[in-house]
Amino acid sequence: MSKIATAGNKGGGIRSDCFVTLELKNGDGIIVNLKSKVEALFGDEIRDQAIKILKFFGISDAEITMEDTGALPFVIAARIEAAVKQLIDTEKNYLFEILPENKYQTEKDRFRFTRLYLPGNTPKLMINAGIHKPDGIILDLEDAVAPDKKDEARFLVRNALSLINFYGAERMVRINQGERGLEDLEYVVPYNVNMILIPKVESAERILEVENKINEIKAKHGIDYNIWYMPILESALGVENAFEIATASPNVVAMAIGLEDYTADIGVQRTNEGTESLYARMRMVNACKAAGIQPIDSVFSDVADMEGLLENVKRSKALGFEGMGCIHPRQIAVIKEGFKPAETELEKAKKIMVAFEKAKKEGKGVISLGTKMIDPPVVKRAEKTIKLAVQFAMLPENWLEEELNNNDK
Amino acid sequence: MEFVKNAVGRVVPTEINGKPQIPFKGVGKHIPEGRKHGPSIPTCANYPEDGNKLVKDLKEALIKAGLRDGMIISTHHHFRNGDLVANQIFAIAKELGVKDLVWFPSASFPCHEPIIEYLKDGTIHHIEGSMNGPLGRFTSEGNMKGIGILRSHGGRYQAVQDGEVQIDIAVIAAGCADPFGNANGLYGQSATGLLGFALADSQYAEKVIVVTDNLQEFPCIPWQIHGNYVDYVVQMDKIGIPEKILSGTTRITKSPDRLYLAELTAKFCQAAGLIKNGFSFQTGAGGTSLAVSYYFDQIMRKEGIKARFARGGSNKYMVKMLEDGLVDFILDGQTFDLDGVRSMRDNPNHVWTSPFTSYNYHSKGNFASMVDIVILGATEVDVNFNGNVVTHSDGYLLHGIGGWQNALFGKTVILPIPLFRDRIPVIVDEVTTLVGPGELIDVIVTERGIAINPRRTDLIEATKNSGLPIVDIHYLKEEAEKICGKPQKPEFTDKVVAAIKWVDGTVIDVVRQIKK
Repeated sequence: MSKIATAGNKGGGIRSDCFVTLELKNGDGIIVNLKSKVEALFGDEIRDQAIKILKFFGISDAEITMEDTGALPFVIAARIEAAVKQLIDTEKNYLFEILPENKYQTEKDRFRFTRLYLPGNTPKLMINAGIHKPDGIILDLEDAVAPDKKDEARFLVRNALSLINFYGAERMVRINQGERGLEDLEYVVPYNVNMILIPKVESAERILEVENKINEIKAKHGIDYNIWYMPILESALGVENAFEIATASPNVVAMAIGLEDYTADIGVQRTNEGTESLYARMRMVNACKAAGIQPIDSVFSDVADMEGLLENVKRSKALGFEGMGCIHPRQIAVIKEGFKPAETELEKAKKIMVAFEKAKKEGKGVISLGTKMIDPPVVKRAEKTIKLAVQFAMLPENWLEEELNNNDK
Repeated sequence: MEFVKNAVGRVVPTEINGKPQIPFKGVGKHIPEGRKHGPSIPTCANYPEDGNKLVKDLKEALIKAGLRDGMIISTHHHFRNGDLVANQIFAIAKELGVKDLVWFPSASFPCHEPIIEYLKDGTIHHIEGSMNGPLGRFTSEGNMKGIGILRSHGGRYQAVQDGEVQIDIAVIAAGCADPFGNANGLYGQSATGLLGFALADSQYAEKVIVVTDNLQEFPCIPWQIHGNYVDYVVQMDKIGIPEKILSGTTRITKSPDRLYLAELTAKFCQAAGLIKNGFSFQTGAGGTSLAVSYYFDQIMRKEGIKARFARGGSNKYMVKMLEDGLVDFILDGQTFDLDGVRSMRDNPNHVWTSPFTSYNYHSKGNFASMVDIVILGATEVDVNFNGNVVTHSDGYLLHGIGGWQNALFGKTVILPIPLFRDRIPVIVDEVTTLVGPGELIDVIVTERGIAINPRRTDLIEATKNSGLPIVDIHYLKEEAEKICGKPQKPEFTDKVVAAIKWVDGTVIDVVRQIKK
């Protein structure tokens, strides 16, 4: 093994990170060199933390150099651990207690309109992500992390799951493809992850592979709650096998499409209108609906074009999608706006629900609105619209009661 | 040096740079008596009848103005980081062997780093104004010969009017001027919009030099600076770097966190019922502050609300609100972009102001206390709502006060600030330097909750069912420490390196030398 290791990021634009250079020595104890922009406020604490972690791993002679741009303690710990593990073999992990407020589980059918991608090796983007209130936060270990940074990102993502409060967002991690993806699970499953995003899935087999690994880890750590999966279809083959994938496990609760890779796979340019991927998207939507899970659309990559995004969301909603990926917090509000039920849609749904309730009370088997008969699927759709409206605070939760009372007066 | 504890519990000296000082007594408590300061009586017989006050160059003007040891030399900061004049004054002073000058700028910028050389070689004794960036660092490390004094824009006018600072020579750079000395900032390559920060200097300095790179034939109108106050006029090739004076176009921040803070601030104002017909507001030019006015704009358009006036620095967004009829008037303190200059030039409802009208303690009232909503920033706020804008938590002096202290007199003062920056908590136990007393700061908006000053029971009542995340300020402090850790305090020596004046000229706090 090498004697010198590095971890973390430094240089222009890097903030809230700590670049660590660790060299194992023979004798002389631990030497800490710290260059920190918060030296006056946290210098001693950072030096103490470094020594504590090195000792935890049984290192007593080393020189550690830390170039700190205001990293929070969990970041510093992740960087040091990543450096240590390049130099020594150890079974030990330097873990933090999971914040009590982070120990929540999510429902299978919760709304997943917005899910914000966060590069798994960029601490500054993670810290405030929750305040923007996306439905889900994805700590990405896959494409948003440079290949040579994928190992160190695992420690950062693990610590982030323990210590960053995402304020109720569904806690998701996108793992890598292949064997690396299965290894990634060791760093996230025990730390109260709610959902695993599985990229470039082409068959049910991959879902089962991931599930077996998750079950193995869950058993080891005594975890008995559900961890959901969101496979991402990113190839022609994946799209062809959409239904098989959607039904591979009861824990598959949503499925997403990745259009950058898909359009590359079929050899076409991706456009905003998306004509080239219409078949793939419709095929996936259909498979999801048949399987009773949520179809989720691809991300919209132009973060400056909010109008284009809104149009895209509306098109997406019209096709049956129930959510979209976000690559910038500013996209969240726009996407939510786009998935909001329209006023006319809501008014109609309210009328249907009121008629339905009245018919139920009066023991009528047939529901009618004006001269029109209402079929059960129409009621079901109205119910869904109402649920959405409540979620978006367009209606109070007890609206039906109020409405019926008002009608009685 | 003797020290006393002032009304906010800060220990301050009773004498600075050999002059007696009054410790801060409380807001509105210091009522000075006597007469205002006045410069010597000039006589028009001593000035050229043809009105031509042009001299060969700045050096000749300074010599004619009698530049000598110990003088107080003033400049203004309308050129911001593009100022090419201030540094030249002291280069000339050095060349002439003049020592121990006091530089009295209305603000300093990173472009004034060369001033450090003149502080080191004794040309300048100390600065009274602001010590930003490199000058702040130099001062904090105890390298300035005298003690620096920081004043607000209004405090500067106060100090000039009551004679606390008696300017010997004012050098006023202007985008446009005539040989008589009439000047404005509306035209030319170095246009700044207005010259309000130089107004007191023109009226009260012993000698006034106007410098321009855009000389017009008499009369240069409008005369934001009256030539009747001016002794000499100097023509130069270039007095400023245009792109560093004004931005071509102001852009709203792209930072999602800042936008979030700005939006939350606007929502708070709406929920509290502060955004209503005929209201007034002041926002700064900082990223978050600018974005707040953008969200105000959105709310006003949606709700059909019109504001009577907007105060503060003007920019493209504010001009659009004026032109779209969302505000009746802009009372402009400093112009930040080309749209601001254009509007001030062409629109009679875009009014140029000065610290005299807006902020001065010795005026018979001023506009600051008439503004309904004031949005400001801070480097730190403590659990008693005291604010700091001059030092960072590490103890270094890095910013000036600007109009911050003065704007605190607005009816509702709101500070949208992050709970922490990188690892540095912004909501703290006790501010490093107390620049604004908590009784004047009403609301702190952070991304992790909004704290309302307990004195503002009206705001607490108005927003209690708003669904906004209203929390106790102690919760915010604890949340910041939970995420960042509890910081150690920076270490200082006993040496006072700078004093912070309150708007009335009393000493509210001091900055001490950083212990290395």
